[in-house]
Amino acid sequence: MRKTLTGLASVSFILGAVSVATAAEGTLTIVTSYPPDTTKTFEAAFEAAYPSVDVEILNKKTSAGIKYLQETADNNASDLFWASAPDAFEVLKDSNLLSKYTPKVEGIPEKVGAFPINDPDGYYLGFAASGYGIMWNTRYLEAKGLEPARQWSDLKDPKYFGHVGISAPSRSGTTHLTIETVLQGLGWEEGWAEWKAISANMKTITERSFGVPDGVNSGQFGLGIVIDFFGLSSQASGFPVEFAYPEVTTLVPANIAIIKNAPNQEAAEAFVEFILSPEGQAQLLDPKIRRLPVNPATYAQAPADFPNPFKDKTIGAAVKFDLDLSKNRYNVINSLFDVMITYRHDELKSAMSAIYEAEAALAGKDNAEAAGLIKQARALIAEVPITAEQAADPDFAAVFTKKRKKASDKVTGRQAEIEQQWDDMTRGNYEKAAKLAEQAKSLL
Amino acid sequence: MLSALRGQRTTASVGLFLALFLIAFLFVPVLKVIYVAFQDPATGELTLINFVDFFNTALFQESFFNSFYVSAMSVLIATLVAVPLAYFTTRFNFGGAVIIQTLGIVPLIMPPFVGAVAMQLLLGENGSVNLILNDWFGFTIPFMRGLNGVILVESIHYFPFILINLSAALANIDRSMEEAAHNLGSHGLRMFRRIVFPLAMPGYVAGAALVFIKVFDDLGTPLLLNVNTMLAPQAYLRISSIGISDPMGYVISVVLIAFSVLSLWVSLLALKGKDYSTTQKGGGGLSKRDMRPWEKTACYGVIILILLLVLSPHIGLLLLSFGTIWSFSVLPDGFTLDHYLTVFQTATQYVSNTLLYAGIAALADVILGTAIAYVVWRTGLPGRKWLDYGATMALAVPGVVIGIGYLRTFYALDVPIVDKPLASWWVIIVVALTVRRLPYALRACVAALQQVSVALEEAGENLGATKGRTVWRILVPLMSGGILAGFVTSFATAAVELSATIMLVSTSADAPLAYGIYEFMQSASGRGPGAALGVIAVVIVGFGTYLSHRVIESGRKSRAPAAAAVQEI
Repeated sequence: MRKTLTGLASVSFILGAVSVATAAEGTLTIVTSYPPDTTKTFEAAFEAAYPSVDVEILNKKTSAGIKYLQETADNNASDLFWASAPDAFEVLKDSNLLSKYTPKVEGIPEKVGAFPINDPDGYYLGFAASGYGIMWNTRYLEAKGLEPARQWSDLKDPKYFGHVGISAPSRSGTTHLTIETVLQGLGWEEGWAEWKAISANMKTITERSFGVPDGVNSGQFGLGIVIDFFGLSSQASGFPVEFAYPEVTTLVPANIAIIKNAPNQEAAEAFVEFILSPEGQAQLLDPKIRRLPVNPATYAQAPADFPNPFKDKTIGAAVKFDLDLSKNRYNVINSLFDVMITYRHDELKSAMSAIYEAEAALAGKDNAEAAGLIKQARALIAEVPITAEQAADPDFAAVFTKKRKKASDKVTGRQAEIEQQWDDMTRGNYEKAAKLAEQAKSLL
Repeated sequence: MLSALRGQRTTASVGLFLALFLIAFLFVPVLKVIYVAFQDPATGELTLINFVDFFNTALFQESFFNSFYVSAMSVLIATLVAVPLAYFTTRFNFGGAVIIQTLGIVPLIMPPFVGAVAMQLLLGENGSVNLILNDWFGFTIPFMRGLNGVILVESIHYFPFILINLSAALANIDRSMEEAAHNLGSHGLRMFRRIVFPLAMPGYVAGAALVFIKVFDDLGTPLLLNVNTMLAPQAYLRISSIGISDPMGYVISVVLIAFSVLSLWVSLLALKGKDYSTTQKGGGGLSKRDMRPWEKTACYGVIILILLLVLSPHIGLLLLSFGTIWSFSVLPDGFTLDHYLTVFQTATQYVSNTLLYAGIAALADVILGTAIAYVVWRTGLPGRKWLDYGATMALAVPGVVIGIGYLRTFYALDVPIVDKPLASWWVIIVVALTVRRLPYALRACVAALQQVSVALEEAGENLGATKGRTVWRILVPLMSGGILAGFVTSFATAAVELSATIMLVSTSADAPLAYGIYEFMQSASGRGPGAALGVIAVVIVGFGTYLSHRVIESGRKSRAPAAAAVQEI
């Protein structure tokens, strides 16, 4: 009798397993910012594993994807959102557009570097890790007689003036986290001084993150601050480029999330499980993808020189990343960077160029007055209109989001007037800095 | 009398339909998005405080000036490029005139992203031209830097508006005017400057207005050249930011719309009170002179130089589509057909979708454009000029606003039988393209109509024809050059539209070419396939344009002998 009961239970379990496997069918709609290199590879692999599912990829840039999901929420037709930028997932989460999901796949650690792989609340899941670093064009550097830069601070060197590219943090969530990492590592004032000095050497600040590897690959500029897979996949595609992680960097997960009221919940869950599975993780090593798997075991299949953040602890661990601090001042930093650097880039470059000329003239000479003027000029450039405490103040940050969830919520101040105050100070400082540098040069 | 009353009622109905169309598919969706500009961020109440902020912001003041400067300079340079091409191909017997006209339109067919990328590869600071100059002569020329780069790219990209409209207008001048001038002793450049060009002014103004407004409102080129201190890029960057909800993006959109309407009004002022119509004898068009051999050689030389300059983005695109790796070098490292093989499978679907969407949109545009032109310029309907201003507003609205507006307005609206939201049905993409490109067709149709004498319509009606019949049998044939110009510009630009499309595509089976190009251009290894799709887009749309020209030319020639016969009788 007991044996019969056990047998029935076994049969029941098997039938259950079969029904789960066959439940994933129909159309699976994924809104993603990833290029065909990534989407077609995963689509083919997933459809091979689940022949009954027809994957529909909707490729939209991240901001368009968010708007699309927000506007279609009342009659949602999408199952998954699949993108790099963690901020995109935070926006969707805050808009109450994502479903919680706990993956069944095992073997994935809690953190990569100092960053949690999954959303602590369970609304989005990391499927790959991204580090930020510097890529360079070997032909360009050779032609210009330059050595590669391997640390952020290297990029401050006058020899790199006009040879570097970066995308604005307001246009690239991963760039944002690099900015934030250095600010947390060096502190608010020193961190901003660092980014101003690096940015002054930028030839260009691009509107989207892909603009940077494209600029380096084509040789428009020689070095770029990029997400690691841009550098790694460009190199694997045959471009004359190389990539290096600086010591101070953070590893950030690239994410996937199930959309609330997903038309095909079963297939959505199956896809999530798939890309987290050993089979799915292995797809990330494809030469055209070249992303860091979040499953440590997958690295056994990687090329010999492929970076492994779980073995090489120096990648992404130098800074203990404060996630809550980052969230609190996220939009303020984006706005500050744009006001001080992106939109006043010409003024910043002019001022720093004047300082470089003055410093070149001062080289080897002993002139305390000139040196003092140059130091003053640098201090003016480095000045930030608000303190770290102000930036982290939730009431202040609210100005930049205007999320009045209740009629009684009161938001004081308007973004445009605040930005204009910052802009006045910034432009004034850059002008004064340029004049002081010219004054210093005239003394030599 | 009864017939006249019926005509007036019909005209009013047409006017009302046009107004409703613009309201439903332009005003309402756009208002649903940009009302934020008039809302106090803190309280949600109606306010103009955001506009006070706009005018108080130094960055926006600077952006406004930059946009104005770039637009004016682009019109100037586009004029210098377009006038010689139009002059030579319409005033002289020219082997290959149709091919030159077609190639002159190709710059409008610039798929998103790839145009500026390709130009950077050729003319950028480390592009082919400057690498050669640096190697041989030790200096470089900053073609693509800052506002000058934007002016160069915009002039090359949009000069076809002037070329197409001016050519249509020149072709529409009755030769009797030229003969009269000739009899009075005028000839050559003097005749062109004092007789021919002034009579073609409606076409020139139409083209120049389009270039100015389009450049003023363009965000794609500045962003790709990483110039962000212009109004349209500022609007786009703020509207499409993640997390920050900044009303200034929408405020700028309102300013762009207002300034575009103002620009149109100013351009119409230039033509006010003047009559450019001629009484066609049916032969149509200026006489064409044969050139002497040396003149022909010189003209071909000038034209080839101009075409090489304006087609440089496409040359770069072609090299990119066949190149293996192109990095800090004059030419790609090697050549391959792999990129075309990669896209061949998906290209068929993209192409058929694109031809369908752009074809329907362009056809709808010339119909709507002709109707609006007629109502505005041939009837006495109150408020009719606002149909023109309203349609032209579409130039100033960022595609992303149209896209969001359509989702917001039509996503809750289910289409019967099809059983899905209107905003998810491929037809919505066609409507978006129709609305976004209507200004091009409209300017061409207005210019054409201004060159047709009212007397011809009156003659038709006196002989008993209804107003509808008059429009169809007299006006439309005489406007055919302008209508073709409108169709071509709407079709070519609709075929490569992206910013509204990317928002509205809800299934990849519905995706047009521009979407496919965008997909591929997002990865380092994808630029080749993206460029290949771009070349395919250019070839197909270019071929469609060429066919359109041939059809219209055949139609014109087949009418000439009959008219001449009538004249002789």
